[in-house]
Amino acid sequence: MKIKDSLIALIVLGICLIWAFVDGSAAEQGIGSALRLMTPLLLACLAGLYSERAGVFDIGLEGKMLMAAFTAASVAYLTDSAWLGLLAGIGGSLALSLVHGLASITFRGNQLIAGVAINFLASGLTVLVGQNAFGLGGRTPALTGAGRFQPINLPFAETLRDVPVIGPIYSGLISGNTILVYVALLMVPVTWWVLFRTRFGLRLRAVGENPASVDTAGVSVTRLRYAAVAICGILCGIAGAYLATGLSAGFVKEMTAGRGFIALAALIFAKWRPWQALFATFLFGLLEAIANLYPNLDLGFITIPSMFMNALPYILTVIILAGFVGRAIPPRAGGEPYVKER
Amino acid sequence: MTVENDMMGGRSATTAPAAIELRGISKAFGPVQANRNINLSVPKGSIHGIIGENGAGKSTLMSILYGFYKPDSGQVLVNGQPITIADSQTAIRAGIGMVFQHFKLVQNFTVLENIILGVEDGALLRPSLSKARGVLKKLAAEYQLNVDPDEVIENLSVGHQQRVEILKALYRQADILILDEPTGVLTPAEADHLFRILEGLRDEGKTIILITHKLREIMDITDNVSVMRRGEMVASVKTSETSPEHLAELMVGRKVLLNVEKTPAAPAAPVLEVRNLTMTDDEGVQRLRGIDLDIRAGEILGIAGVSGNGQTMLLEILGGYPPKGSKLGGEIRMNGQPLPIGGRGCDAAQRRRAGIGHIPEDRQVEGLIMDFAAWENVAFGWQDAPEFTKGMLMDNAAIKADAEAKMERFDVRPRNPNLAARNFSGGNQQKIVVAREIERNPDLLLIGQPTRGVDIGAIEFIHKQIVALRDAGKAILLVSVELDEILALSDRIAVMFDGRIMGERLPENTTTGELGLLMAGVTDTEHTPDDAGIPPGSAHVDTLPQEPV
Repeated sequence: MKIKDSLIALIVLGICLIWAFVDGSAAEQGIGSALRLMTPLLLACLAGLYSERAGVFDIGLEGKMLMAAFTAASVAYLTDSAWLGLLAGIGGSLALSLVHGLASITFRGNQLIAGVAINFLASGLTVLVGQNAFGLGGRTPALTGAGRFQPINLPFAETLRDVPVIGPIYSGLISGNTILVYVALLMVPVTWWVLFRTRFGLRLRAVGENPASVDTAGVSVTRLRYAAVAICGILCGIAGAYLATGLSAGFVKEMTAGRGFIALAALIFAKWRPWQALFATFLFGLLEAIANLYPNLDLGFITIPSMFMNALPYILTVIILAGFVGRAIPPRAGGEPYVKER
Repeated sequence: MTVENDMMGGRSATTAPAAIELRGISKAFGPVQANRNINLSVPKGSIHGIIGENGAGKSTLMSILYGFYKPDSGQVLVNGQPITIADSQTAIRAGIGMVFQHFKLVQNFTVLENIILGVEDGALLRPSLSKARGVLKKLAAEYQLNVDPDEVIENLSVGHQQRVEILKALYRQADILILDEPTGVLTPAEADHLFRILEGLRDEGKTIILITHKLREIMDITDNVSVMRRGEMVASVKTSETSPEHLAELMVGRKVLLNVEKTPAAPAAPVLEVRNLTMTDDEGVQRLRGIDLDIRAGEILGIAGVSGNGQTMLLEILGGYPPKGSKLGGEIRMNGQPLPIGGRGCDAAQRRRAGIGHIPEDRQVEGLIMDFAAWENVAFGWQDAPEFTKGMLMDNAAIKADAEAKMERFDVRPRNPNLAARNFSGGNQQKIVVAREIERNPDLLLIGQPTRGVDIGAIEFIHKQIVALRDAGKAILLVSVELDEILALSDRIAVMFDGRIMGERLPENTTTGELGLLMAGVTDTEHTPDDAGIPPGSAHVDTLPQEPV
């Protein structure tokens, strides 16, 4: 049981260790890159975790991230402030979250269809408004300087650089990331704590398992689910803002490239638990980083083509969604609008 | 308001206001009047039973008390104070706790987490959990309500889950505890333990309202009892001053006798033989406890019983579609040939091929597809029959012509085969189902609630068709909660209670009173235990030893 639970963590650590042993400097670079590629996935995955733990399935993570990326890039460009961009990103994503809540909580619509609609809406709206505003074919102008989140060098990063083992890990991996990476990492223990150590978390989990129990306890199911959906919107907003103002320098059409769906797969892989979500999304980040570093992986007897390497994260997604990772039981009331009976 | 002596508890009279008083409560759902001008007074520190058949309005009334429904009119008083119970929170604050028939527990939470849900002391869980742990220990000692506070609900037995529900209410400092059909899911031993707990609570001054349709429970532990029938409160009496017979009569009521013209039956060889049929549902509750039945050609066997005593499962198993996840045992033979009771090769089509027709209990769910046209509904189950097909394709013209002919013979109005089933009245919908099943001339016809929600004219017509099928030498199994229907149609009556056949009677030799008692689980002492399907010598819990002679 315990070993099975930490399976993902073991796989991820194993890959990192083998890599570091085979090619140390490339591993340092690659794992650092994996960390950055993981960040939007992790934020989106945690976003989905809040929403789905409360019983609201959300396949609109993709659309919300995309919308956030666009609003963040636009505002960051116009104000030359990454922080205002972040706020705008959160705002854009939150607006779509409320649409999702309205459709699936208040009007008891189908959560999946509402999510699909949000994805289409974001995909079309970002390009349309972008073209109208900037005339660059749907992209925003490139961001420079204060318009982007810059890497932060942690104290002693330079002094510790040459210490074996600790040096590369601290200076190469931990230090030198943008603040949003640290925010994402911090969100893991925070989410765990909120979910399992607070009243809000208890009620949130209860409402995703058996809303009738919450209702008969005299707590509003609607309010709880809206809160969860709003948190989901905020985290998706940060994820999108990081994509456009941290990882890249501006918004590009469809720049989320399926990350919302990969985050969902990671969520299932993680069985809706925060720590496992960290490792699951890191695995995806790692695969993406490997594909970037070794476009044509030469294994001696065969050369794996770049197309295959680039497709790895998506292939893993399909494998996970096909249920190859064992039984993942979603929150019992997930996907069902709550209708008070008797 | 004066409060009578608490006979069972042997306590002296008090002059305190009633714990709960209802004045003129009415509640309608659309055209259905679920509660009509209900008056009820429940003295403090008593166990008050509310008894009535399914659909009598008991649960609606209690849902009003717990803030799930708003009454259309009337007044609720708690401890003498008028109160408007807008939601469950208000009810909880007023000291009302409810134990639902279907527990409202989070399955993968621990007992402790379930108990504090909604009444946590602060934003952090730790202090609430440790406080609840202490309170729980005290309650457990006080009322024999032992449960492991750290166990996850899904690992607990149903009886223990119910204790958690009671603890939940007590933790919320409920003074008035409402239990809705609490023994429906319990084993007899668990039920007895529950009653000891309830008596303990009463002796501590709590007020308990027990909703049930089992007379034994009422006689065993209540101080007062109110009887509901068809949305009305027909009587409120002291338990010690009444008898099971009297309550059964009040519960079932004296209904207008139906008149069905039929000649005495001429039963021939058995068509269907059921031997020791058992069924345990996916929650582990045994719903059928060894059913033995013979249905002979040319007779109507009526199964009487309050709904929820296993009749539905019996019909579903005989119809070839046992409830999902159930465990089955026993034997079924049709014309001497064994039939599979579940698993592979057992489905409704197989039953049809074996010569069994089925008019299901719920025509709108099992009998018809409401959005499909009448002609399509008439063909269901027989869409592959040679007369309805042309090679690989359906012969719609033939099906329609056939449907039209059947609608003519069964007087379905309007006589429009293209109309969706949903647009017919209840009686005409039922006639569509009846026409489909009877016209196929089955050797055995299963009928569940043939006239539920059907108008008088259609009832008469459907009854005539059933009798005609019997006279044609077919076997008929009729399940109905309408006692009059059973009495009017059956050649033989079997009474079901709690998954057992309590006894068989001939309609000419029995009374509604006697049947009502059997339906409530009271076995008649005049008959040998064999008659009741209970092995001799077994101390059966459903017998009522103190039955007056």
